[in-house]
Amino acid sequence: MKRQLWILVVLMVVMSLVLSACAGGGVGTIKIAILVPLSGDVKTFGESTMNGAMMAIEEAKAKGMKIEVVSGDSKCDAQEAANAANKVISQDKVKYIIGEVCSSASIPISLIVNQNKVLQISPTSTNPGVTVNEDGSVKPYTFRACFLDPFQGEVGASLAMELGAKKAAVLFDVGNDYVKDLATYFKAAFEKKGGQVPVYEAYTKDDTDFSAILGKVAVANVDVMYLPDYYPKVNLIAAQAKEKGIKAIMMGGDGWDSPELKLDLLEGCYFSNHYSPDDPRPEVQNFVSAYKAKYGSVPDALATLAYDAANILLQSIKDAGKNDPTVVKDKMAAIQFKGVSGDISFDKNHDPIKKAAIIKIQGGKTTFYKFVAP
Amino acid sequence: MNNSFVKWLLRIIVWAIYIALGIGIIVGIILLVRLNGPVFFVQAVLDGIRLGFVYALVALGYTMVYGIVRLINFAHGDVFMVGAFTSFFAITQYKWGFVPAILLSMIVCAFLNIVIERVAYKPLREAPRIAALITAVGVSFFLEYFTALKWVFGANFNTYIRPFEVVVWNIGGVLISNITIVIAAVAISLLLGLQYVVYRTKIGKAMRATALDKPTARLMGINVDATISLTFALGATLAGAAGVLYAIAYPQIWTFMGIMPGLKAFVAAVLGGIGNISGAFVGALLMGSIDVLVVSFVPTGSRLRDLIVFLVLIVVFLIKPAGIFGTTEIEKV
Repeated sequence: MKRQLWILVVLMVVMSLVLSACAGGGVGTIKIAILVPLSGDVKTFGESTMNGAMMAIEEAKAKGMKIEVVSGDSKCDAQEAANAANKVISQDKVKYIIGEVCSSASIPISLIVNQNKVLQISPTSTNPGVTVNEDGSVKPYTFRACFLDPFQGEVGASLAMELGAKKAAVLFDVGNDYVKDLATYFKAAFEKKGGQVPVYEAYTKDDTDFSAILGKVAVANVDVMYLPDYYPKVNLIAAQAKEKGIKAIMMGGDGWDSPELKLDLLEGCYFSNHYSPDDPRPEVQNFVSAYKAKYGSVPDALATLAYDAANILLQSIKDAGKNDPTVVKDKMAAIQFKGVSGDISFDKNHDPIKKAAIIKIQGGKTTFYKFVAP
Repeated sequence: MNNSFVKWLLRIIVWAIYIALGIGIIVGIILLVRLNGPVFFVQAVLDGIRLGFVYALVALGYTMVYGIVRLINFAHGDVFMVGAFTSFFAITQYKWGFVPAILLSMIVCAFLNIVIERVAYKPLREAPRIAALITAVGVSFFLEYFTALKWVFGANFNTYIRPFEVVVWNIGGVLISNITIVIAAVAISLLLGLQYVVYRTKIGKAMRATALDKPTARLMGINVDATISLTFALGATLAGAAGVLYAIAYPQIWTFMGIMPGLKAFVAAVLGGIGNISGAFVGALLMGSIDVLVVSFVPTGSRLRDLIVFLVLIVVFLIKPAGIFGTTEIEKV
């Protein structure tokens, strides 16, 4: 009698174990690390990215996937990012990383994940070097959900031409790969289309006094001033440009996309971005209303790309049916995904193929201007 | 015989360097005006002097404190930062005007510097000088990272809201904004006030006496500790005002903003001869001008700016170790 009871107990334990494993869809618990800047000058980027990725993950959890999230503050900094990536891989045994926001931090992470066969998808890093090695070969374990710096620089140049600009000034942070690349490709494309760039000036991250550079811009009498930096520097430069009487239209890239951008200083200016909340497609409108309900604000491009990136990752894991990055990476490379930021498929360099939205600052608000295809 | 010949040769070399520098500067200015037109040049000099006024207010704090306790107070740049943040909160949260905000910053910084002096430097006054110097570096890092905590000021860049609208006047092509005028007016009146305090009042006399010889000053009935605290407070009021002016001119603040202006003001104080008040002022104006002129006229100058600024420090030390207006005095720091 006693023996039979024991067998029954053992049987029940085994059954419950088998059942719980089945509930995970055969994949088991998936460990995902989210590495974003949560402090420093671009922390709002990190917070939005975190919100977007968490929303996708929680939606998947509600549908029965078992996911454990590890988050890290990589501070948009090469060294911090490398430390954070090593920590989550060796200590937390994570197999998938979503991040980083900044290219300068995503590149060191990509080197580490490819050594350790961990799959990385960066939602927003736009430098070519994130997914491609210096010798031109693709990094097998690194993908991205956003378009590239060259593309954005070229879109900026076409837009400047469309606005009738003949002379442009370009100001850029020499220590930031993202800013430097946008500036380089803008200049190349603008000159190729017959424009002139009389002022092409570098500065460093810690510079606060732009009076000398802006003095040159004022003397050159340019039509357009291209500022592909992040919003804190754009605010700072715009405030000082006003003092120098500069009337040029200021233009930038997706680094401008933040609620902290000083719209009153940038009336009539433009920037290229990954999506616009005014886009009428149902994917966009559903996402925007769900995000608003959860976080109380309109999602910015970073939240959107992070949401898409997390969904691409989860979709690929589902397609693979296995918790193994070596299989998931091949499924990801072949994915056809209908995302909020557009229809996404990957080219041979693991870059997505999609469009850019141009946003105009008008009447103290950001408004959708038009789409530009590559 | 041999020795005197070497001395004579050295003297000639030094004079040759002075003359070459003088000619170089004059030729440089003529060339710059010729190449880019006088308007651009005057504009750059004006912007440089504006920056120089801010450096001057910070440099004076370095030089006064050095003069009285022979300590380079590296935390001074961070007191400058606290000044900027104090006015930021007064202006954005309590909607204070410019004048009350700058006064509040000056008072807060004065108290902060007195506390720093009492807690960190006073117990080390009889200790080897290097101990106090390293403590100063420590206090500087403490202030930067403490204020960077989430519940103090936070580690983010803040966009500073200017307390008044910017007005720009065009005088023959040269643009002057009301910010430049405010900076010049505040800086000059504070400098004159300082001169008055140091050279025309009893407190100033006590400060000068303490700087000269502490034990004798104490025998003469001067309260040396109070005088030293007062010097720190006076230096900090200037730094606090400088922080506000800097934030208004370049409206972005964060807790590490004091490092570069602090270092450059320190270089300015050394350039003018550390311990010398008018020397620090002249040094700071030079420093600000070099800062802006390098970016304006040297190709890729924005990248070379700090390189050249600190090169100037090295060259000045090589040629004239005591600074432009400094008195020769052997000191081990």
